[in-house]
Amino acid sequence: MSKTLIIAVPSKGRLMEKTLKAFAKAGYEISRTGSDRGYRGQIANMENAEIAFLSASEIARNLMDGKIHIGVTGEDLLRETIPDTDRFVDMQIRLGFGHADVVVALPECWLDVASMSDLDEVCEEFYRHHNKRLRVATKYLRITRQFFAAKGVAGYRIIESPGATEGAPAAGTAQVIVDITSTGSTLKANHLKILDDGIILKSEAVLGVAQTANADPRVQALKQAFADQC
Amino acid sequence: MPGKSSTQRSALKALNEKLLKGFEAAGFDHISPQIIQPADVFLERAGEDIRSRTFVFTDPDGAELCLRPDLTVPTCRYHLNNAASPATAARYCYCGPAFRHQSGSSPAPREFEQAGLEIFGATDPQESEAEIFNLTIAAMEQAGLDDYTVRLGDLGLFHALLNSIDMPQRWRQRLAGDFWRPQAFHQLLSRITGQEPWAETSISPLLATITPDTVLAATEAELDRRGLVLVPGRSVDDIAARLADKVADRNAPPLDISTANLIDDYLSTSGGLEKVHSSLEQLAARTSKQFSIALTRLKQRCELFDLARLNNASAVFSGEFGRTLEYYTGFVFQIEAKDKSGNNIVVAGGGRYDNMISDIGNCEQVPAVGCAIYTERLLALTKERQ
Repeated sequence: MSKTLIIAVPSKGRLMEKTLKAFAKAGYEISRTGSDRGYRGQIANMENAEIAFLSASEIARNLMDGKIHIGVTGEDLLRETIPDTDRFVDMQIRLGFGHADVVVALPECWLDVASMSDLDEVCEEFYRHHNKRLRVATKYLRITRQFFAAKGVAGYRIIESPGATEGAPAAGTAQVIVDITSTGSTLKANHLKILDDGIILKSEAVLGVAQTANADPRVQALKQAFADQC
Repeated sequence: MPGKSSTQRSALKALNEKLLKGFEAAGFDHISPQIIQPADVFLERAGEDIRSRTFVFTDPDGAELCLRPDLTVPTCRYHLNNAASPATAARYCYCGPAFRHQSGSSPAPREFEQAGLEIFGATDPQESEAEIFNLTIAAMEQAGLDDYTVRLGDLGLFHALLNSIDMPQRWRQRLAGDFWRPQAFHQLLSRITGQEPWAETSISPLLATITPDTVLAATEAELDRRGLVLVPGRSVDDIAARLADKVADRNAPPLDISTANLIDDYLSTSGGLEKVHSSLEQLAARTSKQFSIALTRLKQRCELFDLARLNNASAVFSGEFGRTLEYYTGFVFQIEAKDKSGNNIVVAGGGRYDNMISDIGNCEQVPAVGCAIYTERLLALTKERQ
């Protein structure tokens, strides 16, 4: 008998609804066991598999720790949580919902700044004038470091910001933010603009498969079913 | 590696003691800087890149601390605390652990020993540089390492070259800043020589409406027109100054190619010391006096090198060397040796870093030159070769 395959899906909100719909459309109906609030579930048409209802960020962490084999969550969370993401997780199946961009944004009043190379120069200017590094507020530490390093920007410091990041520049706790946006309206309302080359990641919900589980025939069949309906 | 065996521990201790004895005999004060350091000093100076490699933590009172990622900054802090004034001449040596986070599957150790030397406030730059260099070479000899390469560079010579070329100061500053980023450097060079247009960006339409003598007024007018309020951190003057630079860039006559070639020629200079001296001489003939003066300093320094002591080792100079080591300001060197699998292992590195003490202590510049030796790597290499 094959070992139990654990599939994690988001535990609430529209992300959950759309995930369940997508699984059903692919022929894998998911149902909760026990009460409506239970966090365990069953999946039809798959032998020896269990469903775990978890929060989107827990799904990324559990996938990294090897506690689950497949998880539906945002690509942004997978890339942020798991080092060396592509070697560890297969993200081929993109689900077409939960769209959001991770972007570098800064005050619109900085009329002289359009690109990451401008930002690099402003970092130097800021250090010269304040003897202190320019601050970037974000919850995406890893993604920010990787992107800034790839663009050759080094002279900044990250301020961890778990929420309401778009308010940081006006409050003066940071000058630049790296945050998620879907329509850009929150950024606009806060007089922030996205740099010309500041789109770090076009994220959406993905079927994240641990590479170690990728060869399993049940996983192959599930991926095929998702691929067929796209 | 969960730890060192008794044999490994005592072999390392013996090597460290031998090296430090040599440094003490040369008149260096053997200090022991603190392992736990305030995180700010490292993070404000080096930026986010070093943070991702530093163990940073918060103490119960809320202060942000770190395990030192090297011993140079702690030695500078020790000096600022203990010397009569920042500029007081001092010579320190040290040996102890440093800590760096290694991401994912990297086999590099998280804690490692560094033995090192620093000379602060010396009045004769070439002499102190050569002294650090010679003591490092002597340490290799004491450890029994031969067959290695000494890589040399000189950021002072590079800056002198930029200064000797007639161009707007802002281009010099940017070329110097982009020295660490080869790709950006070459793009900038092709733009200032007119081979590549300045980038079309979302602010190009604004730039097209501004003339050099109306920048400040135009900046204020644009902010008003769009109803934008400034946020803390940058003033209208800061924003206008960068716009003025951009407008000036687009109107400035391009740097001629043959001049720009001097920069490429310098950066591609590489080889043994004698060969390099003669090609730098030829380069000097094509530039102004400033470069020649810096070249004379380089030659004086090299004459003070105890090259006879290079045991079956070679010294090579490269114009580009130093590109990966951001805080150095002048002379730089590194000792590399091959392990049994043919990998190049950096055993020691050092150079001049005149901005560090003033950055940390908020004081006048203090000349500083030093070097650090990775004694575990040194020991492993000599063992492997026995």
